[in-house]
Amino acid sequence: MTGFLAVLRREVQLARVGGGDLMTLLLFFVLVGALMPFAIGPDKALLSRIAPGVVWVSALLALLLGLDRLFRSDFEDGSLRAFHNATISLEAIVLAKLVAFWLTVILPLLIAVPVHALLLGMNGDILLRTLVSLGIGTPGLLALGAIGAAVTVSLRHGGLIGPVLILPLAVPVLIFGIGAVSPPPAPGADRVALLFLSALSLVLVAIAPFVAGLALRLSED
Amino acid sequence: MTEFSALPARRLTTKALACRRGDRLLFGGIDLDIGPGEALVLTGPNGAGKSSLLMCLAGLIASEGEIGWHGRDEDERPGADIHLLSHLPALKPGLGVGDNLRFWTDLNGGDRSLIAPALEAARLGHATRLRAGLLSAGQTRRLSLCRLLVAPRPVWLLDEPTSALDKQGDAWVTGLIDAHLAAGGLAVIATHLPLALAAKTWALALGEAA
Repeated sequence: MTGFLAVLRREVQLARVGGGDLMTLLLFFVLVGALMPFAIGPDKALLSRIAPGVVWVSALLALLLGLDRLFRSDFEDGSLRAFHNATISLEAIVLAKLVAFWLTVILPLLIAVPVHALLLGMNGDILLRTLVSLGIGTPGLLALGAIGAAVTVSLRHGGLIGPVLILPLAVPVLIFGIGAVSPPPAPGADRVALLFLSALSLVLVAIAPFVAGLALRLSED
Repeated sequence: MTEFSALPARRLTTKALACRRGDRLLFGGIDLDIGPGEALVLTGPNGAGKSSLLMCLAGLIASEGEIGWHGRDEDERPGADIHLLSHLPALKPGLGVGDNLRFWTDLNGGDRSLIAPALEAARLGHATRLRAGLLSAGQTRRLSLCRLLVAPRPVWLLDEPTSALDKQGDAWVTGLIDAHLAAGGLAVIATHLPLALAAKTWALALGEAA
């Protein structure tokens, strides 16, 4: 447990000293949403209808953009190598890093969602539902992204391959994430979508540390 | 910082240890038997496989033959009795010297009260609050070595421990290894500089035949 907390503390410290990166990511997230009214035109009804989708896609893009830093710097400065001899398993370290990433990168994005709501004309009910579905879905997306980041960590120019690898796999999460927000085609379908989203997220978070840990073990070879 | 408490005894044996990188056989047929309080000094030209041998022993890269670590507790995580000092610093330039060391202390199950004396011995006592990125190459190396001191472990795998260090640093590292061995530790050291160790040392020259 000491080891787990140590990783968590270090990641939060690193996020604080490298705060500029996170701010950039946050701005990117907001700006993608802000672009939509210009790209689509000032059709308020249309904008507010697609708003949850825009928020989800912006969150996915911002997440993928930030994921490369998850393991790369640890790989390059030799920390990853030293993690093998820690008192806790590599899987536990990966999990700690994921928790820290969610807290330092994704939570600020969620807090910025109301800005999207303003720009795209979301009403309060939809905003709340979007936040709930993002809150449940982003751990799953992050877990997928961690697998991608771990698999590509030893590739010298792997920065873009990870996201491209993961993007197709993120489609189910996206479908159920949106399904939980948009007007249901049948009564109760949004609740079912939310349950599916929770199940997906849980499964992904449960397996990601093991898959990523395996990939990281092989990365030294 | 030359007095270490007694370390649990470990014995390292290998039988016909070999390592391939790509198609090339780096080394093969290495039989070792190193007991507690003993050191193995690896020498050889660049690319002879010194670092790879250390990585094999640490279990980081695949090898052929047998590697046996004897004396491990059943319930201990394999590898949690090993310190591997590679040529990479494993430090975060953005964090403070003390923060970096505190992290490795906690992660490796060390003792926080050892941090201050370790930094003092490494002549970094004045720089605890400094960002690690501001340290010179030699100071960075010293800080990496501190990682070994804050969490005492019986096995040290050292890759060029004296690289980038000054004369005083060389002597410091030699003293550290001596103290480690005197406490019953085991060390495998890849080095170009001859180390004047007091304890029993084995020598292995890699890449001579090639």
